[in-house]
Amino acid sequence: MNSHTDTRGRAFAQGARDTVPLIFAAIPFGVVFGALALANGLSREATLAMSMLVFAGSSQFIAVTLLASAAAMPVILLTVFIVNLRQMLYSASLMPHVKAWPQRLRLLSSYFLTDETYAVVANHVMSKPGDQRLPWYYMGSALSMYGNWVLCTYVGMTLGQQIPDLTAWGLDIAMVVAFIGIVVPLLHSLPRVCCALVAGIGSVVCYEWPNQMGLLFSSLLAIAVGLLLERVSSAREVANV
Amino acid sequence: MSEWMLIAGMAVLTFIPRYLPMAFAGKAVLPPLIERAFGFVPIAVLSAIIAQTVLIRDGSLTMSFANPHLLAALVACGVAIWKKHLFLTIAVGLLVYGLARFILI
Repeated sequence: MNSHTDTRGRAFAQGARDTVPLIFAAIPFGVVFGALALANGLSREATLAMSMLVFAGSSQFIAVTLLASAAAMPVILLTVFIVNLRQMLYSASLMPHVKAWPQRLRLLSSYFLTDETYAVVANHVMSKPGDQRLPWYYMGSALSMYGNWVLCTYVGMTLGQQIPDLTAWGLDIAMVVAFIGIVVPLLHSLPRVCCALVAGIGSVVCYEWPNQMGLLFSSLLAIAVGLLLERVSSAREVANV
Repeated sequence: MSEWMLIAGMAVLTFIPRYLPMAFAGKAVLPPLIERAFGFVPIAVLSAIIAQTVLIRDGSLTMSFANPHLLAALVACGVAIWKKHLFLTIAVGLLVYGLARFILI
């Protein structure tokens, strides 16, 4: 093995390692999805295929829940699309970092773009801007999330009705504290702090909105507030000079 | 089989929003305002997810110290401000959560 492949391998492993807390947090959701999908009438093959081909937790839960309520397919598909608009925001914000990537690599990596991998990768590009091994880091995070999700779906299918109530363990706390560890160091200016506050308050106020529209709306509102305050404060700096 | 059509449709509608912006990276010239907005995306979306996960428990607003998620999140925020260290934040947050569950139950 030459040193080039060695550092790539290390970047891949680093990406996977940085994603561990989020992998841990995703376990109960994967297991519950596997069990719920079967209970709601999806076949075993289709359940596993959905985790492999769609690979989007929120969308999958919404789809199998709607399936149980006998919703029409266009309704399910429209809902899934709306839920995924958040991922579009992630993809857009990664644009400056993937400019030099070949289109094949963009196709492959965007297939695996989840909340978790986005959080880890966004953190990495901010702490290590211009890392040449970013694709390897990204795929390390992405494939470890993917493997875990498919495996957990299978475990949930196998355990079926006998699954312990994993959600009651509150493993989503691992996601919360990991996201806090990523976001808090970014809050080094007033516009950024206000952006976080608006997003947080907004998401709680709008939590009853259907299809996670509250998350999307409060995020967009918070981004707008952040931009506006940044503009005000930079205008003030100019005036003071 | 309609379940396979559902999966195919979902796969396409999940992939498009994930791929489309990245596909045009470096090809489309973006207004500076949009470029600046990108910097706020992780702050906005992750904060929204954090707040909703911590404060909405079992479908209702739970703003009390008997909410172990809230306790752990507050301590994690403190550690993150103080040390700016990701793994320390996670470790202390999980520890506080474990202790809070242990004491509160």
